Amino acid sequence: MFGMLSAAWRYRFFIFSSIKTELQTKFIRSKLGGLWMILHPLSQVLIFAFVLSAVLSAKLPGIDNQYAYAIYLMSGTLGWSLFAEIVNRCLTLFIDNGNLLKKLVFPKIALPLIVTGSALVNNTLLFVAILAIFGALGHIPGVEVFWLPVLMVVNIALALGLGLALGVLNVFMRDIGQIVPVIMQFLFWFTPIVYMANIIPEEYRNWLEFNPLIPIITGYQNILLYNHAPDWAGLGVIALIAAGLLAFALLLFRKASPEMVDQL
Amino acid sequence: MSGELHVQNLGKSYRQWGSEWRRMASWFFPFIAPREEHWVLKDVSFSIDPGEAVGVVGQNGAGKSTLLKLITGTTSPTQGQVQLRGRVAAILELGMGFSPDLTGRQNAYHSAGLMGYSQAEIERAMPEIKAFAEVGEYFDQPVRTYSSGMQMRVAFSVATAFKPDLLIVDEALSVGDSYFQHKSFDRMRQFKEEGVSIMLVTHSMGDIRSLCDRAILLDKGRVLKDGQPDEVVDYYNALIAEKENANLNVEQRREKNGWLLTKSGTGEARVKKLQLLDAVSGDELAAAQVGQAVELRLEASIRMDIPNLVLGYMIRDKQGHVIWGTNTWHTRQIQQDVKSGETIVFRLPFTCTLGPGSYSVSPALVSSDTHLTDNYEWVDNLLVFDVINVNQEYFIGSNWLDAQFSISRQQEEYAQ
Repeated sequence: MFGMLSAAWRYRFFIFSSIKTELQTKFIRSKLGGLWMILHPLSQVLIFAFVLSAVLSAKLPGIDNQYAYAIYLMSGTLGWSLFAEIVNRCLTLFIDNGNLLKKLVFPKIALPLIVTGSALVNNTLLFVAILAIFGALGHIPGVEVFWLPVLMVVNIALALGLGLALGVLNVFMRDIGQIVPVIMQFLFWFTPIVYMANIIPEEYRNWLEFNPLIPIITGYQNILLYNHAPDWAGLGVIALIAAGLLAFALLLFRKASPEMVDQL
Repeated sequence: MSGELHVQNLGKSYRQWGSEWRRMASWFFPFIAPREEHWVLKDVSFSIDPGEAVGVVGQNGAGKSTLLKLITGTTSPTQGQVQLRGRVAAILELGMGFSPDLTGRQNAYHSAGLMGYSQAEIERAMPEIKAFAEVGEYFDQPVRTYSSGMQMRVAFSVATAFKPDLLIVDEALSVGDSYFQHKSFDRMRQFKEEGVSIMLVTHSMGDIRSLCDRAILLDKGRVLKDGQPDEVVDYYNALIAEKENANLNVEQRREKNGWLLTKSGTGEARVKKLQLLDAVSGDELAAAQVGQAVELRLEASIRMDIPNLVLGYMIRDKQGHVIWGTNTWHTRQIQQDVKSGETIVFRLPFTCTLGPGSYSVSPALVSSDTHLTDNYEWVDNLLVFDVINVNQEYFIGSNWLDAQFSISRQQEEYAQ
């Protein structure tokens, strides 16, 4: 484990330059360049807001801003897009870089780090854009915003643990690459991002407790919309689960590494 | 410091697990054994000493690429071990990880980073990378606008910008134009002179002869031969024929004069006698003079009925470079319906236009233009003769050109 980290440290220049390169290639050949990175999640917000706000906006208690639903949507989307980007890209990470892994010697752990870094940059840009929109809508988040990095760390740990494990398994069982996007769809709709948890009928509501994303996403919504600190108890449990998952993923990754190249 | 490489009992097997669950269980429970093992490399041991250049040859599927992957560490061995000393640079494929939308310079940064160098080191090497690549202003243009040759040049330039202790090259140099090939070959030679150890995997026997101190022949995942380049190369050549002709045997021996004789073939037709004669007197010669009229005379005895018989000759210099070669297939003199018991005499008169030095003649009795369909008998370096310059003006090189200077002098007149 320690060797992995020191190898990653030796390759820090490569990791940073890869993140830079990835962003650069997005900018180079399109007119709007990097704007597309934030336009995609924002357009999704716009669609949901447009379609659903009439139905749902009345049900946001204790908020008198008429754009409350849009703000709610954006808060959840900010958290979800970070999670989804890391999981989705880790899923095919080793397969996509198969040729590189076969022909060059470099610490494999650099690959998920590059993904995490570039997802973090994208997400930060999205956050800045969302703040600007909040301002335009007349909503200024409180000082609780400074809790956001904590949420991001837990979010990244959970996403990376899950994504890395799935990415390793996907090398050996390609079905995983097909099934995970479907599961991600389910997960998205089983997480209160476009709807409020309280519209779910009482008897089904405790099923939501099994969704590890909920404390994280509600944390985003608490901070950005309600100006509350996140629910630390719930978040703490998820942080522990995420840490355990990440440790398991790294162990799996280390055990599978020697055979991985032969399967690519 | 020069790099060193020691490979001991190296083996690699690809495992069949039956099910992926079984495989995954084996990561955590080592006692779970695979269903089937398929060895692509087994019991390979050899060393590369500091400053030594070793060539690796072998047919497709002999295990060369697997060996390289094991040595560079992209895949891990099933058994045995690889010990490396010094900084290793491996060029298994040129232009790995190049992004077409980035400029040559950006890609150079990126792939040098991938080799593990820091920003400061790369910045220091950048002017030289640019100079060696010779792509001019294109260096700051996106790589997608490059020709494939230009891309190779940038890639090779980056890959060899940092002097390693051990350089491992896999056929990467067989691409590109001949100027680039020369240039990259020169760089390897320069590395070698500076004491860098080299391991070169190639199909070009010429490269092996001219660069390597030693060669290793891999066949079916094992080291078949490890020795001097000419020995291994000639053996390999004979081995290619064996693939097609099941009952072929190869024998090799080094003659007293230092030439290596390699004999292979199925034996339907055999060389009984090969002589170099004076074309006028008919005397046998051990040394020919530049400009002398000589004749190669070969007697072949036929042991079995053969539909087509072709004789090929190859004349080589001491370094093993082919000076001249042809066969009776190309000259449309194929002998048809040759009967068992016949003796056929081939005579080849020519003027000795070779330069002074030692040469060898390798005859081959085959059935078509290559020795791959039927190889009745092929003997490398069967006849060795010297060429001496007695009657002609002094010249160097392996060729006596019928060339004469014509000189004219003129007094320049100055206008006054």
